[in-house]
Amino acid sequence: MTGILERYSEIVGWDVIDQLHQLAATLKGIKVVHVNSTRRGGGVAEILAKLVPLKQELGIDAKWEVIEGNEEFYTCTKNFHNALQGNKVTIPDSLLRIYEETVASNTAALETTLTGADIVFIHDPQPLPLLKLLPERKGKWIWRCHIDVSRPYRPVWKYIRSLVEGYDASIFSLSAFAQPLPHTEYLISPSIDPLSEKNIELDAGEVQEIISGFGIDQGRPIMLQVSRFDRFKDPVGVIQAFRLTKKFVPNLQLVLAGGEATDDPESTAVLKEVRLASNNDNDIHILLLPADAHRKINALQRSADIVMQKSTREGFGLTVTEAMWKGKPVIGGDTGGIRIQVVNHHTGFLVKAPEGAALRARYLLFHRNRLKEMGEKAKQFVLDNFLLTRHLREYLTVMVSLLHGRGERITLE
Amino acid sequence: MMVKVKQSFEVKDCALAAIATGKHAENLKELRNIIVTIQPSSLYYHFWGQLLRPRFDDPEYNNDFAIWARHALHDGILAERLGMLDPVEFPDLEDLRRELVDIIEEHLDDSEIVPWCHTDQQYHFITSQIVVFNTNKTIERPRELVKAVPSMTRSSVFYHFIDARRRTFGNMDDFSAWLYGFNNRYVDLCNLLSTVDPFFSTLSELRQQLTDLFTGYFGE
Repeated sequence: MTGILERYSEIVGWDVIDQLHQLAATLKGIKVVHVNSTRRGGGVAEILAKLVPLKQELGIDAKWEVIEGNEEFYTCTKNFHNALQGNKVTIPDSLLRIYEETVASNTAALETTLTGADIVFIHDPQPLPLLKLLPERKGKWIWRCHIDVSRPYRPVWKYIRSLVEGYDASIFSLSAFAQPLPHTEYLISPSIDPLSEKNIELDAGEVQEIISGFGIDQGRPIMLQVSRFDRFKDPVGVIQAFRLTKKFVPNLQLVLAGGEATDDPESTAVLKEVRLASNNDNDIHILLLPADAHRKINALQRSADIVMQKSTREGFGLTVTEAMWKGKPVIGGDTGGIRIQVVNHHTGFLVKAPEGAALRARYLLFHRNRLKEMGEKAKQFVLDNFLLTRHLREYLTVMVSLLHGRGERITLE
Repeated sequence: MMVKVKQSFEVKDCALAAIATGKHAENLKELRNIIVTIQPSSLYYHFWGQLLRPRFDDPEYNNDFAIWARHALHDGILAERLGMLDPVEFPDLEDLRRELVDIIEEHLDDSEIVPWCHTDQQYHFITSQIVVFNTNKTIERPRELVKAVPSMTRSSVFYHFIDARRRTFGNMDDFSAWLYGFNNRYVDLCNLLSTVDPFFSTLSELRQQLTDLFTGYFGE
């Protein structure tokens, strides 16, 4: 065997790779198409950039197609995203028409590929209307929803649901996200790619260089939270936890690393609150990083002593997975997907308030052996459960399930 | 009497596709009402499926109902009672369902209020489809189990030692079913296998237990 799978075998073991080959054996030659709306940037593109070549290497005729749109189209789909996550966003009919017309204008270029495919995965809401526009399709169509739709804004969900209902199945990341739909709803947890820039091993020299470049002293303990400047991520609560911990660990530094505030007014407001709360403390580093600063995030996570994800609401929380993969126990908010990853007292601590976060941070900083032991458990937990190879296996399983019927048991010969 | 040449043991593997049922409970009474009618495959998933999906290797409780009772309802007594349920003792899922309902109803009878949880901690009923596939590996002689078992994947161990109990006559594991075909020559080994309780082990531990058992038996 040569290629990408061989590189993964060095991390997950040959048995895992063999299993992928065995499962894929009955899918050899089938035509599978993934459709989303961007080839670069964002978690979905990152996953597809790896999943599609891996499927090809397993003998599946996999393709990745992208629909294109103008600014108004993306404004509309961004509104979908926010509304599906629960924000009360009203989308005017004129914008919905632009959305539908944009997808329709992409149809001709994709028609042959999509109607001839055995399985089509439509990622997130952007390409959803394609199904209705291609009634001559022959394969199974699946909507893969990467968004936390546990409490969607109902008027927008009603519109999206009318587009989803015709699909043969959908896939959600957590059971709490699944919505009543007239078809099978599979559950597949997200994953991280251990070979990506964000997660690959870095040598100590590079980590040192990046950290020093930010003015952070690697000789002193570092508390880190990597996340957007969003109230649900509670960055101000992290500053409170930092101050409470610093009383006992005076040389502690805090790093809050997030994306640059661009056109998101709420993010700008939260960033302002965070700056205010930091009160020009030289030991609080607020870093605004571009979307492609993967290696820098990687170095920050590797250099941290304490990793926080003190969210009050969270979809899955891949930053938790990333930190755990680097052998760090995570102090996380007791919510959403963090609960699946942070096994209280084993791979980190679940907390509800800044005081709880400070208490656990203090404990870990004064019990370095325990911190190391929990970090090792955290890494093993990710290795067993949240890497891309497991994600791929579950995609293969869903494909087999779709092609072989709905019984409780499918035996492949 | 000469042993008749037996069929070789085909090593298979499996994967689970988790499927949302759309049913969820916010309090203990709702949980009970759904358990009464939910499809058996959902019960199977919530007792056995946890071995094959993301979970920590040293869980506090071994089934999803007990975990929910402890962490969402904050009801330690109920969690302990539910946590003691061992599905190995109930080869028929309907018997397991009855026992589960009995425990919950008894607890409801003793409770002054119906235990409830926050909306973001609802119990979501999940079911699953099991996909079984060939590994293209076979075991020709029982002695080969010593080397074959350690190289099996965890899901393959699940399929042959746990899932088998739903498929075989007498609810036994696949190894025992195969070994019984050797004219009672390996009855003592089958008896040893019957003492292994798979429910309170991780699949890695179970694989090690089986490896040790076969190694000890065949003296290798």
